[in-house]
Amino acid sequence: MRFMSIVISSQPAGPPGPKLLEAVQKLADREIKAGRMLDSGGLMPVSTGAQVRIADGKLSVIDGPFVEAKEVVGGYAIFDLRDKEEAVALAVEFMQLHREHMPGWEGTCEVRAFAMPHWEGLCEPDARARA
Amino acid sequence: MRAPGHDPGLAQSAAMTAADIDRAIRAAWRIEQPRLITTLSRMLRDVPLAEELTQDALLAALVSWPTMGVPEKPGAWLIATAKRRALDNLRRSKMLARKHEMLAHDLAREQQAMPDLDSALDDDIGDELLRLIFTACHPQLSREARAALALRMICGLTTEEIARAFLVPEATVAQRIVRAKRTLSEAGLAYETPRGEELSERLASVLEVVYLIFNEGYTAARGEEWLRPQLCHEALRMGRVLTSIAPLEPEAHGLLALMELNASRAAARTDQAGDPILLMDQNRARWDQLQIRRGLLALSHARELGGAGGFYALQAAIIACHAQAATSDVTDWRRICTLYAELAGLVASPVIELNRAVAVGMAEGPQAGLAIVDALAGEPALKNYHLLAGVRGDLLQKLGRYDEARAAFEAAAELAANKREQELMRRRAAEAVDAARR
Repeated sequence: MRFMSIVISSQPAGPPGPKLLEAVQKLADREIKAGRMLDSGGLMPVSTGAQVRIADGKLSVIDGPFVEAKEVVGGYAIFDLRDKEEAVALAVEFMQLHREHMPGWEGTCEVRAFAMPHWEGLCEPDARARA
Repeated sequence: MRAPGHDPGLAQSAAMTAADIDRAIRAAWRIEQPRLITTLSRMLRDVPLAEELTQDALLAALVSWPTMGVPEKPGAWLIATAKRRALDNLRRSKMLARKHEMLAHDLAREQQAMPDLDSALDDDIGDELLRLIFTACHPQLSREARAALALRMICGLTTEEIARAFLVPEATVAQRIVRAKRTLSEAGLAYETPRGEELSERLASVLEVVYLIFNEGYTAARGEEWLRPQLCHEALRMGRVLTSIAPLEPEAHGLLALMELNASRAAARTDQAGDPILLMDQNRARWDQLQIRRGLLALSHARELGGAGGFYALQAAIIACHAQAATSDVTDWRRICTLYAELAGLVASPVIELNRAVAVGMAEGPQAGLAIVDALAGEPALKNYHLLAGVRGDLLQKLGRYDEARAAFEAAAELAANKREQELMRRRAAEAVDAARR
């Protein structure tokens, strides 16, 4: 099953320190070598981006930074994993590194399964039972 | 923010059932499993024993973690536990050889100095993992045994999961594993990375097993057994592991390319009812572009290493021609012909020759394809192969020789092993009859 882990933070955390970067790189390296991580990327600050919105039937384009934005996506990673539990275990390990190396930082790592056209549930024995 | 030191993971949700917790523990263990087994193998110089202790560590976690919570560093906890058991095991053993005494002494000393659990884990396990893969896929073991051992020792699958994936009784797999481990122990097979000429021979044995596992999953019909397609994922992961720990081996990259490119079509290969859709009729929007990209990258690595003409790289290159064609009618059939000819020069196989006939039929016209097919007519290996007649029928149909086409499709229907293939061939025979009337 393919999963995407998305890191969301409520703070303009400032640049991550070298210790965190090194630890995260080590983890990523391990996951690439284990054949589990397929792709990953960090995102530039929101000031470099834009949002295209629809509200009240109107379309608008807003350049960053977005003052009212409470949560900001900082990066993502795509994994090929056996089940959701593996994705969660990896997210825990990833967030544990943040707690250790970037005290005070708060954020969320959201784990989501990819939609696969009529492959749903194939790799997860209990998907149908749970549904 | 949670208080520091709070155990993450299990303790976070009161709603977790025992089954949820069990799955979470197994997931944490699987992630650490390669590091566990390689660290223990290096320490003990005994792969079968290392494998047992790795399993023991899982059992210990299943007992302890539901009450204590998942430790902050699951890997460190698991390795500390496994090492303790290794020590107990060595102490209990009545056959305490001198080597074991020394080992036990080392371990005991290491344990006294343990507080830094992190250092007890090897970070760079590449060489060790390669050694382990070479051991699990030793040519002295049967192909089935190699596949079972690899899935268990490299991928961390349980015996039950392997049995379900291969559609054989669990006892059969258990037996295979026990025997294979005994062979490894008794033969005293060197636990080392082969070098030079032996390396490519041993690597071929590894790649063969990985490809066997992949095909076992890939050819499985979409169906009830989720573990069969899962075999593709396990093989893919092993292929990626191999290319990262043996990055200079072109055929490892070639095999990975072949698997990534084949797997990229997984979602497009069957319709809602589970019936197969032929490659030329597949909805290419459903092909997985991330996987295609990875496959093409692996193929370019194989080529850069001088392996463009390898068995796996050539097959990958053929699939790459399809993957790179935006629509089926822009497929580069001339290139595919060349690649098949090269492949046929490498491995003499009537099935490859038949595939080449299809490609030639597309590139140069049905007459040229038919010449190759007719040359295969007396081939004993294809005597009962329905696709020989099927391909012949297709080429005859394109040439407007409808009566002969009908006869060929009918012969193919007779030979086809499964119902879906039979129906397809009968349908084509009926089309030939219709065409003849027009």
